[in-house]
Formats: sequence, C-alpha cells, structure tokens
Amino acid sequence: MAQYAVMIFERETPGGAADLPPEVIEAHIALPDRVAALGGRIVAGLALEPSGTATTIRGREMVTDGPFIESKEAIAGVFVLEARDLDHALALAKLTPIVDGGVEVRPLVDFRVVES
Amino acid sequence: MTGRPFAGDVQRAVADAHRREWAFVLAATTRTTRDLDLAEEAVQDAYVSALTAWARDGVPSAPGAWLTTAARRNALNALKRGQVLRTKLPLLLEREPAEEDDSMETGGPDTIPDDRLRLVFTCCHPALAGEAQVALTLRLVCGVATGDIAQAFLVSEPTMAARLTRAKKKIAAARIPYVVPAAADLPDRLYAVLGVIHLLYTLGHTAPSGEDLVRADLAERAIDLARMLRDLLPEPEVLGLLALLVVNHARRATRTDAQGRLLRLADQDRTAWDREAIAEGDRLVLAALDAGPPGRYTLQAAIAALHAEAETYDRTDWAQILALYDALLEAWPSPVVALNRAIALGMVAGPAAALAEVERLEDDGALARYHYLPATRADLLVRLDRRAEAVPAYRAALDLVDNDAERAFLAERLAECAGVAH
Repeated sequence: MAQYAVMIFERETPGGAADLPPEVIEAHIALPDRVAALGGRIVAGLALEPSGTATTIRGREMVTDGPFIESKEAIAGVFVLEARDLDHALALAKLTPIVDGGVEVRPLVDFRVVES
Repeated sequence: MTGRPFAGDVQRAVADAHRREWAFVLAATTRTTRDLDLAEEAVQDAYVSALTAWARDGVPSAPGAWLTTAARRNALNALKRGQVLRTKLPLLLEREPAEEDDSMETGGPDTIPDDRLRLVFTCCHPALAGEAQVALTLRLVCGVATGDIAQAFLVSEPTMAARLTRAKKKIAAARIPYVVPAAADLPDRLYAVLGVIHLLYTLGHTAPSGEDLVRADLAERAIDLARMLRDLLPEPEVLGLLALLVVNHARRATRTDAQGRLLRLADQDRTAWDREAIAEGDRLVLAALDAGPPGRYTLQAAIAALHAEAETYDRTDWAQILALYDALLEAWPSPVVALNRAIALGMVAGPAAALAEVERLEDDGALARYHYLPATRADLLVRLDRRAEAVPAYRAALDLVDNDAERAFLAERLAECAGVAH
C-alpha cells in the first residue's frame, strides 16, 4: 500500500471548527470506517485550529503572526491515507466532507510516529 | 530470408516498425521494467540495433516481437551493469494470476500481452496536466522524438524534456497505476484519452500560431492513435472520434488556397475532398449511432459527415445539421457549440435569427477571447447588408486571432467591407 497525505483546504470562518455543520462533523467521524470499507486505511489525522492562531518563523529568526501562506482557503486538517494507488487514493479522498474548499492529495516519502 | 536486404529496405522496415509497433514494444517492455524511463531508453536502443541486426540477418517476420525481446534484454543488461538507478517506486501493475511468471527472463515473443491500452490510459491520466498528457502520449505512445514534440509546442527541447521528465516522475511518485481503468471509471477516463487525441489532431490541423495551417504529421499521428484505440477498445465514442478526424482530414487539402490563404467551407473545392475517407467516416458514424444514444464526438462526426456529403454549401442539409447541433448542445453544453449552432440556425432561419443568438452569446461573455464570435457576427452583418457595422466586428476578430492564415483571411474580409462602407 502507498501512503498519501490528504490536506483539507477550507474557506475560513470566524469560529473555526466550531462553525462546522454537525453533519460535516459526523461525516468526519465516520470517514475512517468508510475508507476501510473500500479497502483503504486512515493511519493518522490532524485537525488544525484556524490560521489566525498560527505563528510563522521565516528563515530562522523572523517570527510573524499568521500562516506561512495567506490565502482565502487555509489548510484546516491533514490525514494520512493508505491506498493501493493514486486512483484508489483519489476515490477515497473524495469521501472527505468539505464545506467550501477541497483537498490536495500528495504522496508521502515517509510517515512515522516517533516513539519516546 | 535469403540474402542480405538492401540498406534502404532495412531502413524502411525499421521506420515502418517504429510507426506501427512502437506503442506495443514500449508497453510490453514497460510491463517487465516497471519503469517508463528505463523502458523508453531500452526501446530506443532496440530500434537502433535493429538497423544493423536486420541488415545482417534479414527483417524478422514479427518485428514487434523481435524489438520487444531486444528491448527487454537491453533493460535487463542495463540493470545488471548497474547503470540504472532503479527507482524505489516501480510502476504499479496489477497482475492477473495467469501472468505470474511473465518476468523479464521468461517472457517469450509468443506470450507478449498487449499493454497498449494501459500505456494510453497512464499517459492520459487526469492527475497529469493536459499539456503533459499530450506530450507524454506523443513521446511514449507514438514514439515521437522529444525535439519534434518541442517543435510542435513551440518550446525548446530542454523545456520539453523537463516537462516529460516531470510527468514521468509524478507517475512513479504519486503511484499512478499502469492499468486500464475499472468499468465504473472507464467512460470518464476514456473521454480524457479522446480529448488528448482530439487536441493532438487540432494542434496538427490548425496550428495555434505560426505559419503552417496544417501540421500534417501531428494530425496523422492523431488519426493513427484513434485507429489503434478503435482496434483495442471499439466503444461508440471511439468510433465517433475516429469518424470526426477522418472526415475533417478528408477536407484538409482545400482548407487553404494555393497561396496558403484560408478558404471558407462555402468556397472550398469539393471535388478535391477525399471521397474514400468520407465514406469511411460515414460508415463509422453509422456504426456509432447504431450503438445507442450518441455522445459528443459521434454527433460532431455526424455533422462533419453531412457537410462532407453535401454537393454544395447551399444544398447542405442544414435542417438536419441544426437538429444535430441541438442534440450536441444537450450532450455537451458549451458556448462554442452554441456559436456553431447559431451558424446552422442562420442557414435555416436566416441571418437575423442567427445574429440574435450571437448577441446572446456576446452578453454571456464566455467567448470574449474567441475570435470566431466577432468573425461570425461580422459575416452575419454582411449577409444582412449591414457592412458598416461588420467593419468593427472584423477588427475585433483580428485583435483576437493568432494564426497567420486566419489573420490574412479576416483582413481580406475587412478590406472588402471597408471598401464598400467608406
């Protein structure tokens, strides 16, 4: 199986995740099972606070308020997906609940959880 | 074979095998190398070695099998010599159980599976940019040299080489599978392939810029591809696309006059059209129409065939063409189709009705950069004897056109109107 990052880009709302409609939240909760039913696997997932909470360090020193790249759609979350190939990965990524944005599917070089 | 063949015959045989067998040889070699770059190089070398081997031993009875065996051996040797950095990401190939022992060492000429469809679908994968799909198809499926592809796209050879490399890297890294899509995805994916072939033909037929209106080689490559696809996957829309290309190509000689100036359909010498090709296109259209509700390529082909069969422009069956455009607009809602429908409407209901449609399209704004919109408006105004109004419309079309032959054509129409209007 190949691994992909599925990056969720959404138009930001003032309340962030709290503004998500309940059916979208439910769809997120149901996503791992739906992916598994189609022969894939969600290995890990990250849900991010809104980009207004981000702090960027440019180079090594310059600390600025906000995300590295300002845009209307901001990265809202990432999950790591295992799939047979890109066709399979795209079919699974299409299950991601989206309000007003989309997802980017990117193959991974490596994914590991660092044990302490 | 008795005696050594002449050098000219060998060169011809190799060139012929290049045109006919490249896709088969590359697809079969890719199955064993699981790496497009390695396969491409090994196949290229196999064609080079064929020149000497066939001169020495005679032209083999099955050139494709000979070339495949040679290419596989080249790839294996390159791997043994360690000259190839074998990618960590072999091309994904779903193996059917019966093929388990089809490896580089054992795959004999009798057992070479036909992987051309896998190759075509991989090159035309929607995860690749449109221009990368066209370039990859030309390089890997048609075997066109990178320098020639660069010339067709008006970019430098290093630029085109980088574009091809980037696309091949993405296929490996993103794991685009080397498979024919599953039945559920096939219709959409097939349209992607047909779109690439059609674009290739269009590139050859009307060069977007530059002086040659017809780049015959690209157009013929596109028709070869459509024929190959028809043999491998005879879906109705594949027949439709092949019909469309064949019929358009049948009229290629008359699109311009002896000076290279563009001729309107109404002014073309219909006796110079290739009747045999038009008849072939017609048979293909009928076969596609028999297969069920027609898709966009079949409908376009049916329209082209009606034009090609008409004795004169005025005696064209415009009513049926209008009905086909209505169906096409439903199958493929596009402002360009709506514009062409307006022209047919003009022939059925008169230029005033067509002009109203053109004005509706102008308000819509989707064709604001499309020179045929003001050009059509100008033609209709001329037919309505409103030549003074046609002048600014021709000027607007001239501002948008980027093909020299079409520019000359529009400039001539403008001069005619301006002469009368002033």
